Amino acid sequence: MTATPIIEGRDLHTYYGASHILRGVDFTVSRGEAVALMGRNGMGKSTLLKSLLGLVRPQRGEVRAGGENVTAQPTHRIARRGIAYVPEGRGIFPNLSVRENLVMAARSGARGQREWTLDRVLASFPRLADRIGHAGDALSGGEQQMLTIGRALMTNPDLLILDEATEGLAPLMAREIWAIIVAIRASGIATVVVDRNHAAVTALADRAVILVKGQVVFSGTATELRAKPELLHTHLGV
Amino acid sequence: MDLPTFLIQLLNAVQYGLLLFLVASGLTLIFGIMGVINLAHGAFYMVGAYLAFALTGLTGNLLFAILLGIPLAFAFGALLEWLLYAHLYKRDHLEQVLLTYGLILIFEEGRSLLFGDDVHGVDVPALFAASIPLTDTLSYPVYRLVISAACIALAAGLFLLIRRTKLGMVIRAGSHDRDMVQALGIDIDRTYRIVFALGVALAAFGGMLAAPVSSVYPGMGNQVLIISFVVVVIGGIGSVTGALVASLVIGLADTFGKVLVPEYAGLAVYLVMAAVLLWRPEGIFRRG
Ligand SMILES: Nc1ncnc2c1ncn2[C@@H]1O[C@H](COP(=O)(O)OP(=O)(O)O)[C@@H](O)[C@H]1O
Ligand SMILES: [Mg+2]
Repeated sequence: MTATPIIEGRDLHTYYGASHILRGVDFTVSRGEAVALMGRNGMGKSTLLKSLLGLVRPQRGEVRAGGENVTAQPTHRIARRGIAYVPEGRGIFPNLSVRENLVMAARSGARGQREWTLDRVLASFPRLADRIGHAGDALSGGEQQMLTIGRALMTNPDLLILDEATEGLAPLMAREIWAIIVAIRASGIATVVVDRNHAAVTALADRAVILVKGQVVFSGTATELRAKPELLHTHLGV
Repeated sequence: MDLPTFLIQLLNAVQYGLLLFLVASGLTLIFGIMGVINLAHGAFYMVGAYLAFALTGLTGNLLFAILLGIPLAFAFGALLEWLLYAHLYKRDHLEQVLLTYGLILIFEEGRSLLFGDDVHGVDVPALFAASIPLTDTLSYPVYRLVISAACIALAAGLFLLIRRTKLGMVIRAGSHDRDMVQALGIDIDRTYRIVFALGVALAAFGGMLAAPVSSVYPGMGNQVLIISFVVVVIGGIGSVTGALVASLVIGLADTFGKVLVPEYAGLAVYLVMAAVLLWRPEGIFRRG
């Protein structure tokens, strides 16, 4: 049985101006699975995630969500198919309070599920509950990251995309964020994780995809990847 | 100046300032959130005034005209956004200024074709036609108080909308990061259309309210546009609170300037602007 993927990119080619960034990438996420998206800096990981969401438009190839072609659809339509995105550099709204950052995103999920409410998010992130009235830009880096993850959960997603969620955080805070990611994964939400902490990502993921210069050089299960440490060495320098 | 005269001038200043706020609030939102310099915003004020004139002729009462006119103005704004303004967001300021200046000419020409170039009066609704006597010789028209009350109610509504509703949160979030709002599954284009239509409806409502006091005449939007830009600059681009404070400051400066130093009255407003900008180049309130 092959269930319909939540999101799928087929032969994606994306450019920034004249630079050919994605060179024919295939990428699939199925319901409930955790996918590690790996690769050195500048290899096109963020570009791939943005291409899937329609934040940048692939010139060639196709994006499908829930089995439908969404390549030309506006970003908000794609997101409404149950995809939540935590971008690189966080993307909180600094001019909104913590509560407003969360409330503005609230909606039921693509299947009508309303599992994540303001109360549940605040219970999961006690630090946010303590700062509920503060402006977004009054938070520490780690708290801002919790806020973007909490805000993403307010949309009741089927898939959570995390682009470098622990970047620039102190080790203790990074560990706290990782615990949250593990809990979200355990709750059955599919995840795509980009992170420098390769050990943590491969431990979490069911599958891994490695990008080199906009091309997929490895796509397989986490077990397969662990069996080939030379892959990590060649392509990630570890 | 004796007390009753002072009181009358003060009420006039507040009423003028609040009316200005109806135009300036939309202007600052459209500028601050969508990044569009909308020279045609004064023309929406004129459209409102002529709408009031035409619909009062049809219905016999300004109040009915306003009830009909507001949804018409909102729909007109939404249509205009879809047709023209939506294509301006990513263009530079020069192109925006050219298109919206062209719109002023089109609106004025349309006005001339439909209504001619004469000045027209609009009757104060009978319900508010009375005056309140202050002394043996001085009185204050109830209708002017009604203008102020209506503006205050609208200003309060606008603040509630922006501060307390989800739409308001999305509007503020979108002024910071449009892509992120969309990635959360929110149709930001629709939000912009609503903001724009709201701005048009507010300006038009200002024109409707003012019609009996100022009459309805060619070019009536231009003066309002210039002063509204002064308000936006003083208040801080994108700040509705700033627009309210600045509108009242300008209302006071203009009204009391005319009373106290009539020969330099035209300068008062610009002196205030220069003083504020020296003190705070970003305006009194920053975007928010
Ligand atoms: N907005 C942009 N304009 C031009 N080039 C860009 C832009 N964003 C990223 N790039 C380039 O595209 C390549 C891939 O970047 P990115 O997808 O961010 O990589 P990664 O997330 O794997 O670090 C890099 O060479 C980067 O310099
Ligand atoms: Mg990246």
